[in-house]
Amino acid sequence: MEYRQHRLKNGLNILAECNPQAYTSAFGFFVRTGARDETSEISGVSHFLEHMVFKGTPNRSAAQVNLELDEMGSSSNARTGEESTIYHAAVLPEFQGQVVELLSDIMRPSLRVDDFETEKQVIIEEIKMYDDQPPYGGYERMMSEFFGKHPLGQSVLGTVDSVSGLTPESMMSYFKERYSPSNICFAGAGKIDFDKLVEDLDKHCGQWTPFSPERSTNTADYQTGFVSMHKPNSHQQYILQMAAGPSSAQEIRFATAVLCSIIGDDSGSRLYWEFLDSGLAESAGMGGYDYQGSGAVMTFICCSPEQAQENLGRLAKLQQSIRKEGITQKELNLAKRKIASHIVLASERTNSRMFSIGSQWLSEESFKTVAEIAAIYESVTLDQIHEALAAFPLDQNMTVTVGPCENLVAPN
Amino acid sequence: MEQQIFHHTYENGITLVAQPMPWLESAAFSIAVPAGCRYDALSQRGIANFVCEMVQRGCGDLNSREFIEALESLGVDYSSSASLYNTNFGGAMQAAQLHEALRVYADVLQRPSFPKDQLEDGRLVCFQEIAALGDDLAQRALQKLRTNFYGSIEGRNCEGSLETVQSITLDDIENFYEQHYRPNGLIIACAGKLDFDSLQAHVGELFQDWQAKPDPIVSTEPANHGVEHIEHESEQTHIAIAYPGVAYSHENYYLNRGAIGVLSGGMSSRLFTEVREKRGLCYTVFASCHTLKDKGAVLCYSGTTNERAQETLDVIIEELQKMAQGIKEDELRRLKVQVKSGMVMQQESCRGRAGSIAGDWFHLGRVRTLDEVNEKINELTVESINEYLAANPPQSFDIVTLGPQPLEFEANGISATQA
Repeated sequence: MEYRQHRLKNGLNILAECNPQAYTSAFGFFVRTGARDETSEISGVSHFLEHMVFKGTPNRSAAQVNLELDEMGSSSNARTGEESTIYHAAVLPEFQGQVVELLSDIMRPSLRVDDFETEKQVIIEEIKMYDDQPPYGGYERMMSEFFGKHPLGQSVLGTVDSVSGLTPESMMSYFKERYSPSNICFAGAGKIDFDKLVEDLDKHCGQWTPFSPERSTNTADYQTGFVSMHKPNSHQQYILQMAAGPSSAQEIRFATAVLCSIIGDDSGSRLYWEFLDSGLAESAGMGGYDYQGSGAVMTFICCSPEQAQENLGRLAKLQQSIRKEGITQKELNLAKRKIASHIVLASERTNSRMFSIGSQWLSEESFKTVAEIAAIYESVTLDQIHEALAAFPLDQNMTVTVGPCENLVAPN
Repeated sequence: MEQQIFHHTYENGITLVAQPMPWLESAAFSIAVPAGCRYDALSQRGIANFVCEMVQRGCGDLNSREFIEALESLGVDYSSSASLYNTNFGGAMQAAQLHEALRVYADVLQRPSFPKDQLEDGRLVCFQEIAALGDDLAQRALQKLRTNFYGSIEGRNCEGSLETVQSITLDDIENFYEQHYRPNGLIIACAGKLDFDSLQAHVGELFQDWQAKPDPIVSTEPANHGVEHIEHESEQTHIAIAYPGVAYSHENYYLNRGAIGVLSGGMSSRLFTEVREKRGLCYTVFASCHTLKDKGAVLCYSGTTNERAQETLDVIIEELQKMAQGIKEDELRRLKVQVKSGMVMQQESCRGRAGSIAGDWFHLGRVRTLDEVNEKINELTVESINEYLAANPPQSFDIVTLGPQPLEFEANGISATQA
């Protein structure tokens, strides 16, 4: 296993974990752009652009892009978030040159009008699809309530209105503000010929003109409160709760991740014993959301509407008792054991290694190997856990609840 | 990539089947107990699922909490579920813990304590699983479709209903366990960094005292073919379509699988191209092969805004019917690369492999090696697939739609009572 990196003259970063033993190779372009980099007039443009990237270039039609990805037997996809857009493909190693050329080419999309209007319909279908899926826009509402006016509160999908209003021109000008090679990293993992990779990327991307995209990363002014969304057609009640958490650059994020596992893992955690083992909820969990400059931890509960008010009270009580009595060494040890096992399992997937490398770059971290990450988690102490608990009090939160209940109130 | 599959069937009928994957540091198991929900009595629908919950609420010397803690201290990422034929228990972990994890499950399977004080909590968990289906509209449409297509036993969901689960007593649970949890027909599949000889000895020791039991009687119910609409005030209309396919064990399986791959295998597949890429009608559209032991189905799904649902349905039906005219050389070429590539990628996951070798053993009584599947795929030709499609054209569609308005079918040559 060898970690390699190279920066092209125009600033494009190339990072790879080369494993000659691997049977597959995974590659991806990681772009530091997402919903937080949009204005309200172009809300949803990052995500729509992600779709349009697969719609062809001066060299290829949309259909050709799809054909070629399938001809390589690739497993490819893309995703857009609050601060990143990722395009990735896993292939057999023999297709390295071909897939790198294709991914590089589609990163300079044509945005043809016909394709744009057809794809706009797909995006609107996607928005409607999530409208039918729990928690029915509750997550986006949470982000906007919790982050308030901070750009992290902006919706990734946008609305039917904002997406309908987008044009190829407005998308192109967004593209020209964000897709600078210096704002992009190409990450690879698995069986990779790194020298060839650098040579190919220089050939395909070396002429991309660099510029300096801006992003404000000041810390959000986190909001607290209680918001109830009435969804009469829903069977279950969904409770989301966000409290402050570490940003992606804070050391304490590792202890916070362990804390999230202790409180909210889907098995054996505090929430598990309180809500799942007892059958008081259908699902319950807690996880970290770290961004540049800001961060959150989110608690999620889904239960019957009849049980919702009582569960809100139980959750508040549980958080108070954790704050007062803390976490035990035994809980910490179990969580660390579990995390160590997850790290081993994840490290065996080439795709997940590629994501780890690219994501570390996105959050401006220096590269860490699997062993280094495992060692950091292993070294987390009970003191650090309690420090995280004190730094990010769970009971100071924004709560958003969605479902048939009309009269839920914040617990005392 | 070398692939070795080992198996051993013990005297009491348990089969251990394993694939060493020495390049990994992890290992996984997948246990299939022949106690699926097809054995649920009509008045006790959901009991296999309830028993699956209860065997994990205390077993051997462990109470409910100690059981979870035992798994956690071994770092086992575990799961369980009841399915039509089997109740499944699975786990993945660092390789060194595999034997100890299996020791815990030997207690789950042979020595559950069924503590009285856990019964109501267990029941509530089962209620939650029923409630979870309510908000998943795509699953609701597909579930109803399976019930209509396969009949009310083979097409059932394992969760049962609030009424039936409410009526189940601790005695019922113990009786179901006594009758159905048995070594004969039970499969333990393992994959990952493991040594088969010591695994075989270990599993033999763990389960040697378990006596075989008579196989229970299985009943079936007739299918309820046709077109059905479920009214629901939703943003999208959810369209689910089924037609006869072939079982995994059938000699024509790969011919049908190849055809469905062309229909829905990648971004250049027919459904994705015609429904989403060219017309922008939906975000999700797919067709897949679904298999029971002795029969199969092709299941299709799309979710689309209500105003465009009719067009979506019409285009899907047209594409399905067009399959009878056959596929083309370049489509098959792409499919072959995709299948080959997918198989290699599966080798990265011991969990995936343990699950698929358990499935192979259940359906075939043996495991298809990568080489064998490769050979089957290489043997596929446009002629062989087209011959199959001409003889078995997609038709006799069962359809379930869920949304505010029913759709029209006559224009597609489908009568409301089913062609």
